[in-house]
Amino acid sequence: MWNKRCESIPREQLSRLQFLRLKQTLEAVYQLVPYYQQVYRDTGVEPGDIRSLEDLAKLPFTVKDDLRENYPYGLFTNGLNEVVRLHSSSGTTGQPTVVGYTRNDLEVWAELAARALAGAGAGRDSVVHIAYGYGLFTGGLGVHYGAEKIGATVVPVSGGQTKRQVRMMKDLGTTLLACTPSYALNIADAMIEMQIDPGELALSSGLFGAEPWSDNMRKIIEEKLQISAFDIYGLSEVMGPGVAYECSAKEGLHLPEDHFIAEIIDPVSGEVLPEGTAGELVITTITKEALPVIRYRTRDITSLTRRPCSCGRTHLRIAKVSGRTDDMLIIRGVNVFPSQVESVLLDIGETEPHYQLVVDREGALDTLEIRVELTEQMFSDKVKGLEGLEKLIREEISSLLGISARVKLVEPKTIPRSEGKAQRVIDRRPQR
Amino acid sequence: MVVKQISIFLENKCGRMIRVSEVLGEAGINVRALSIADTSDFGILRLIVDRPDEACSVLREKGFMASVTEVIALEVPDTPGGLARALTPLQEAGINIEYLYAFVQKRTADALILVRVENIEAALQVLRENNISVISSERLYSL
Repeated sequence: MWNKRCESIPREQLSRLQFLRLKQTLEAVYQLVPYYQQVYRDTGVEPGDIRSLEDLAKLPFTVKDDLRENYPYGLFTNGLNEVVRLHSSSGTTGQPTVVGYTRNDLEVWAELAARALAGAGAGRDSVVHIAYGYGLFTGGLGVHYGAEKIGATVVPVSGGQTKRQVRMMKDLGTTLLACTPSYALNIADAMIEMQIDPGELALSSGLFGAEPWSDNMRKIIEEKLQISAFDIYGLSEVMGPGVAYECSAKEGLHLPEDHFIAEIIDPVSGEVLPEGTAGELVITTITKEALPVIRYRTRDITSLTRRPCSCGRTHLRIAKVSGRTDDMLIIRGVNVFPSQVESVLLDIGETEPHYQLVVDREGALDTLEIRVELTEQMFSDKVKGLEGLEKLIREEISSLLGISARVKLVEPKTIPRSEGKAQRVIDRRPQR
Repeated sequence: MVVKQISIFLENKCGRMIRVSEVLGEAGINVRALSIADTSDFGILRLIVDRPDEACSVLREKGFMASVTEVIALEVPDTPGGLARALTPLQEAGINIEYLYAFVQKRTADALILVRVENIEAALQVLRENNISVISSERLYSL
């Protein structure tokens, strides 16, 4: 544990600390951010009305569009006065968003990234290979400062040139790999191509995040790279990587409650859901200075538990993120997450998670085609064998999702590989 | 007495078959026999070549899903009923044929049949007992 005092704080003490910090944060945004003044005036709730942590639910949500509409600095507490760094998330759907950090915000961020790295077993002796993109994306620099904080040796390699990365990992004695899970698979494939046995490397663990991945994908990465793989969660609007992270128990991701308050809501009604129920994760920051967010809707689907963890950390755990509310496809009225399709493919056993969903419309009916790359283990030289595989996938999808899909086996390496985030879905339906 | 066959997964897309032929041609590998089993979406191309292991590895290097499968090569008289005489003993022994294909040699009166069965050892035993000529891989690859 990186910070035993904070990470294993008794829960009553934690609640008092959270309430105190929440009040300070609410006072700050109410005084300093015209946007929040307006919102609270419109809804008739003032910071003084918040008398317990439960009262937080009286406040309205903040959504990504609020950041867009106040682009670039409208939600900052003090302009750029104390801001020492900016990051930005790509504006694939239009306006980009900008987030800012004071020196203290960067300190906290490094602290939380350090907790995540320590959770994945890293320490002073580690050599940390960071293949997250560096730059405006928070992945690279976020993990970077956490790794420096714990005193590890950092290799800031960023993305791309996969074979060169493999050689460096081998030569430099990398012990921990930090990147997206899909890039970890690219690295594993490159090792096979280069005929390098991962056993020859000093690599023992991986810290993977920035896109949802299943437990089955974890198994495959662990087998291929011969490592223990840990999940790290984060989003730039809240901070960056380190908003939640796995410990050695790997039974959910601890969310540092001394800096954030987490809620799970019904994405449609906005109601707060009871512990253990899956819904959208909502986060309130309680120590951020430059850009605090109040009840920020992450669009990530998960559930939370406050049950004690065997590792001794007392902070609540969120389940592995199983999808995004905006990745959600509605096919013939059924909600479908690409991660569900992935879990089906992996449950079948021998399938590697290289797949793509193609959604189209024939007449009035939505169609779903699932393209699956054939692997050596799946390959049969008999038509019956391959047709049987297609049928098995089709039946499993149909029993899990309740919709029928066409399954198409495709040749190896024909689905585009990503250096960063994977594009799992092609939606060809005409926009209404 | 088994023969190595290359099996390749091909999507039904333009030019894939040509590409296989090019890859093998560039590697100086000669195709002795071929057959294709297809559905509306994909095909499985089965080849007998002079250097099977090398063929499999060059195809994989070029991104094809290829594997080596063991088959039996039979020599049967190129006359009416020749095939049936070779296959009847297998059927009587309860050996299931998964697929087969044939080609006619240039300078003999015999045809060659390539047969894929579940239990190769049992099939070879039956064929020997019935005096059906099984071709060695060396002879087949060098035809």
